[in-house]
Amino acid sequence: MAEYLIKNGFVFDPVLGIRGDQADIAIKDGKIVETNAITNPKVIDAAGKTVMAGGVDIHAHVAGPKVNVGRNFRPEDKLFGYKPRNGIERMQGGFSVPTTIRTGYNYARMGYTTVMEAAMPPLYARHTHEEMRDTPILDQGAYPVFGNNWFVLEYLKNHEIENTAAYIAWLLRATKGYAVKVVNPGGTEAWAWGLNCENVHDPVPYFDITPAQIVTGLIEANEYLGLPHSMHVHANNLGNPGNYTTTLDTFKLSEGIKPKSKFGRDQVMHHTHVQFHSYGGDSWANVDSRAREIMDYVNSHDNITIDMGQVTLDETTTMTADGPFEHHLTELNHLKWANADVELETGSGVVPYVYSPNIKVCAIQWAIGLELALLAKDSSRIFLTTDHPNAGPFIRYPRVMKWLMSEEAREQQFDAFKHKDKVIEATNLAGIGRELDLYEIAQMTRAGPAKSLGLAHMYGGLAPGLEADVAVYDFNPNEPYAPDDIEKAFSNAEHLFKTGVQVVRDHEIASNGNKRTLWVNAKVNENPQVMRDVKEKFLRYYTVTLNNYEVTGHYLPNPYVIEVDATQ
Amino acid sequence: MTRTVTDVICPFCGTLCDDLEVVVSDDEKDLLEVYNACAIGAEKFLHSQAKDRITRPRMRQEDGSWKEISYDEAIEYTARMLTDAKKPLMYGWSSTNCEAQAVGSEIGEIVGAIMDNTATVCHGTSLIAVQDIGIPSCTLGEVKNRADRILFWGCNPAHAHPRHMSRYSIFPRGFFTGKGHTGRKVIVVDPRPTDTASLADVHLQVEQGRDYELLDALRVAFKGEKLPDFVAGIPKEKIYEAAETLKSGRFAIIFFGMGVTQSLGKNHNIDEAIAVTRDLNEYTKAAIMPMRGHYNVTGSGQVWGWLFGFPYAVDLSRGFARYNPGETTANDLLRRDEVDAVFVLGSDPGAHFPFSSVKKIYDRPSVAIDPHETPTTEVCKVHVPVAFVGVEVGGCAYRMDNVPIETRKVVEPPEGMMTDEEFLGRVLARVKEIKGV
Amino acid sequence: METVTLTIKNQPDLYLEADNITPDAFAGKKADEIANLHVYVGREQHRLGDFFEVSGNAGATPEETKIVVNGDLSRVKYIGMKMTGGEVVANGNADMYVGAWMQGGKITVNGNVDAFAGTGMKDGELVINGNAGNYLGAAYRGDWRGMQGGKITVKGNAGSDLGTFMNGGEIIVGGDVDVHVATHAEGGKIVIKGNAKSRLGGQMVEGEIYVLGNIDVMMPGFAYREDVDIEMDGIKGRFALYEGDLGERHRKRKGQPIYAKLYQQIGA
Repeated sequence: MAEYLIKNGFVFDPVLGIRGDQADIAIKDGKIVETNAITNPKVIDAAGKTVMAGGVDIHAHVAGPKVNVGRNFRPEDKLFGYKPRNGIERMQGGFSVPTTIRTGYNYARMGYTTVMEAAMPPLYARHTHEEMRDTPILDQGAYPVFGNNWFVLEYLKNHEIENTAAYIAWLLRATKGYAVKVVNPGGTEAWAWGLNCENVHDPVPYFDITPAQIVTGLIEANEYLGLPHSMHVHANNLGNPGNYTTTLDTFKLSEGIKPKSKFGRDQVMHHTHVQFHSYGGDSWANVDSRAREIMDYVNSHDNITIDMGQVTLDETTTMTADGPFEHHLTELNHLKWANADVELETGSGVVPYVYSPNIKVCAIQWAIGLELALLAKDSSRIFLTTDHPNAGPFIRYPRVMKWLMSEEAREQQFDAFKHKDKVIEATNLAGIGRELDLYEIAQMTRAGPAKSLGLAHMYGGLAPGLEADVAVYDFNPNEPYAPDDIEKAFSNAEHLFKTGVQVVRDHEIASNGNKRTLWVNAKVNENPQVMRDVKEKFLRYYTVTLNNYEVTGHYLPNPYVIEVDATQ
Repeated sequence: MTRTVTDVICPFCGTLCDDLEVVVSDDEKDLLEVYNACAIGAEKFLHSQAKDRITRPRMRQEDGSWKEISYDEAIEYTARMLTDAKKPLMYGWSSTNCEAQAVGSEIGEIVGAIMDNTATVCHGTSLIAVQDIGIPSCTLGEVKNRADRILFWGCNPAHAHPRHMSRYSIFPRGFFTGKGHTGRKVIVVDPRPTDTASLADVHLQVEQGRDYELLDALRVAFKGEKLPDFVAGIPKEKIYEAAETLKSGRFAIIFFGMGVTQSLGKNHNIDEAIAVTRDLNEYTKAAIMPMRGHYNVTGSGQVWGWLFGFPYAVDLSRGFARYNPGETTANDLLRRDEVDAVFVLGSDPGAHFPFSSVKKIYDRPSVAIDPHETPTTEVCKVHVPVAFVGVEVGGCAYRMDNVPIETRKVVEPPEGMMTDEEFLGRVLARVKEIKGV
Repeated sequence: METVTLTIKNQPDLYLEADNITPDAFAGKKADEIANLHVYVGREQHRLGDFFEVSGNAGATPEETKIVVNGDLSRVKYIGMKMTGGEVVANGNADMYVGAWMQGGKITVNGNVDAFAGTGMKDGELVINGNAGNYLGAAYRGDWRGMQGGKITVKGNAGSDLGTFMNGGEIIVGGDVDVHVATHAEGGKIVIKGNAKSRLGGQMVEGEIYVLGNIDVMMPGFAYREDVDIEMDGIKGRFALYEGDLGERHRKRKGQPIYAKLYQQIGA
């Protein structure tokens, strides 16, 4: 493999603690190495430019059944926006729900190299893997959903942590999954009867368990196994006025639990797209921001990480395993609604949504997301996401960076709102002058998510030994710049290396890379009871046989297995 | 000596049963017996064993006779045909695996083809409806475990999807449906007294071509509004009663088939049926599902979805993807003389398209890739026989509820035969050479 | 106003995609530059001049540009697509997508048009002095934003799926229409001077349909309310007013649901 030396760039790297100093980054055999370890490198002149590790997205909906529902049922999302095939680039289409090819390329264009699919229905794991296989460049993993799974509900009703853990290990292996995802715990099972669980103590119909028990039990099982990532939750009551209390109640379920993982993370709970969970008021007429209450809690509890779920004010496509929420949304906006309940496991819904700057609630949502990041004391525990495509497409990350880094950019946006004064009144943002710097952006987009995922030994930094995922942006932080310069530069990386391969050269896609799929193989002691339960459920209630359930090797042509030993 | 292969997936219909047992000879060359399959599925397996099977590509001669050619010659003909054409149609893609569909997609991308699948004469109209109104649906296991109201509209699973009723819809005992069929109410809407209708608690014998009106009437009835005395030949009392039956269930499911997707109104019938399902979710839980035909027509829609963003009728001719049924659909293209070469794989348009369209295939350079001799191979210039997917080669297929299942290889194909994926892979390589990609 | 005249000299062996035949693409160009604009046959790119004689120069802006297209255009797609101003006159039958997504200006077709004319139209005027095919003034697939504004006039008959997802504007059909009119519409006005078949206003939320002739089958979701006198755009007479689609959702004003309205003439 070619050696590279990226010379004289302004480096922002929380792992090395470099805050914009000029430094050289050396690449050899797919890894970052000491600069004296290379002999005949190709030299990239990065003088006057910004250098960071490749970006890491901890939560996006980019592959799998509901994503493809979003693509196939929105031809209008692709109208006039298609990019023709050109050179090594295959054709690319779709705005809010891009094709897999465009997904890979557009992340690379932003300097991102690792993207986690946030919700994989286990029965549809093959589909998710087929899409990831056809997403070029990126390293990816997928989180199977557990929060409404009948095995989990039955084991945790009696607080059977060891059985839950054994089942998790089995399902991660069967689906080639990466982490334990929980979406509207209990609520999606309730939705199979048209019902919901609206707070952490709202019992799940028939199963006689509460969301609180599900969340606590899954945290404990996750730590029992010592998985790389923590339990990753989308709490009950998403998107409803007054829901911040449910969010705080969910946070509190992690109290007193310490991480037990050799992968270096400090949290036991990752709460995703917190913007959607930080609303006060009791109706859409009086909804307001509770970002301060939320961040007061997060700032004082270091066993939690969160991500933003920033609203980007675009027309987009919402999609989530939170089935009842999507039904609620289609009742509000009357747009087309897809729903897919999955036997014994989960459900999902998909509805297009237009976040209009002329609608007060949309503008309040926009402000709340930014408040979360700007009120954070530690930028390495809150990550930049749009819950793609729910709050907006991921291609807007550079715009979110602009808003975070520039009060002027935020003021421009406030001025563009139809109900500016009401929005200012309902939120804190206008009174927050903080502007993040690129070091903090690197914490939110690189080092932080990599650590939370338990992948700090691979991604998120530029220390020797890490994967050679390096982005060079045509952005000089020491020269005066307009807010829009930030968005422009970070939308369009000048160079990008993925595991040592140059995938973007002079702003153009130069290689389709060597995409890998990460999954976690957790070894547990033999558990005959769980295997008996698995056999019985397949025999009696599933519509596929047990022998046809496991995702086999050829769906992952380039797997990267993370081994975990929980037999002790 | 023989060996039994279990958990075999049936490559016949969209029900995609995965519990078949197949007895094969010890050398894995002969398939001897098939258990658990319906009659059609078993026949599909046994047919692969026909001794007079075509095992080598053939080219039509001027006198109408066939001449055996090598796979290399077939690959060359196919690659040349596709690269010479200005706008080739690549049709079919339903009776093959997703792996082959993905390779075919890349060929289509390079040559600027129109990619269309059998949905175009089947459930394509359902896909249009989903694009207009969405679709609340579920997996078949949800039906088995929860559904107590089963509505079959314009479909006849007793003949077309023979094990559907026993595995998923009417008879199985699931988690919340321990009473099996006695706990379920079955409604059939069909102008004909079908075998499925004979199993129903209620048969609404709708007037031919008036499904849209009857569906609208159900929605009016849900809201308690006044109906005319008769709609679609059904007295209003029966409509109010059916509406109440559906609303009073815990979980209602509507299955629909070509009786509504290809009769007057087409996508509109499905749109209104989905609207009925949406409405029912105001009162209880309800879902709706198309009875997809070919075992992997659903998969081709998925593969094209993630690669191009559209489930069928994808026009790649200008280097980017466009979609508009009525224009980019196979029959419209043939009817209007919009395409100048035809490639068919995994389908039999010779049997299912109107004669006028078949004539257009006959008039053009054409290749058919199919394990069988079919009406389509009869009108094409080149026939390339291939291994049977799901019998002689595995690969991914999507059930009618979009659940992906990996089909199994149970016996070896006749010696020297290529699979769809291998043949397409070679064509792709040749096309790239010709185009200098 | 400057006039550019195109006369078809070579028919394409397949179909010609001529989305550049618009005042917007022509504006500011001389005849030879216009002849160099791209057209497509399948995957092959050609010059407009390969298929058309081009005479006359365009005006400086679309508004100052008039295009006259002569000959048999029945294998030419996309005439006037997305145009924002100016004028196009097509003297012959035209293929699909005439005036699709148009935003302004005027198109006159002295002949028939095939399907998808006026798809997703936002504004402007489209006059068809022959018959129109299916999906006239309809939304593009999946889009809930169909015709937003402007006016479409058809002298002859129109096909099925007229005005699907219509939100505004006006469609006037001089002759008969096929099935499915104003499906999912939430606004706008459709006048049918001839006869209609069935499925008028199915799933319609708001908007108006006027039918001067017969209706084969009325939707069960439309209920007769009363007879009313109407005088509008040269139409005068007594009409039966139906409201619907009763099965569909409807917003309320002062507690009363607002329905779509269907008027059928019952007397002079």
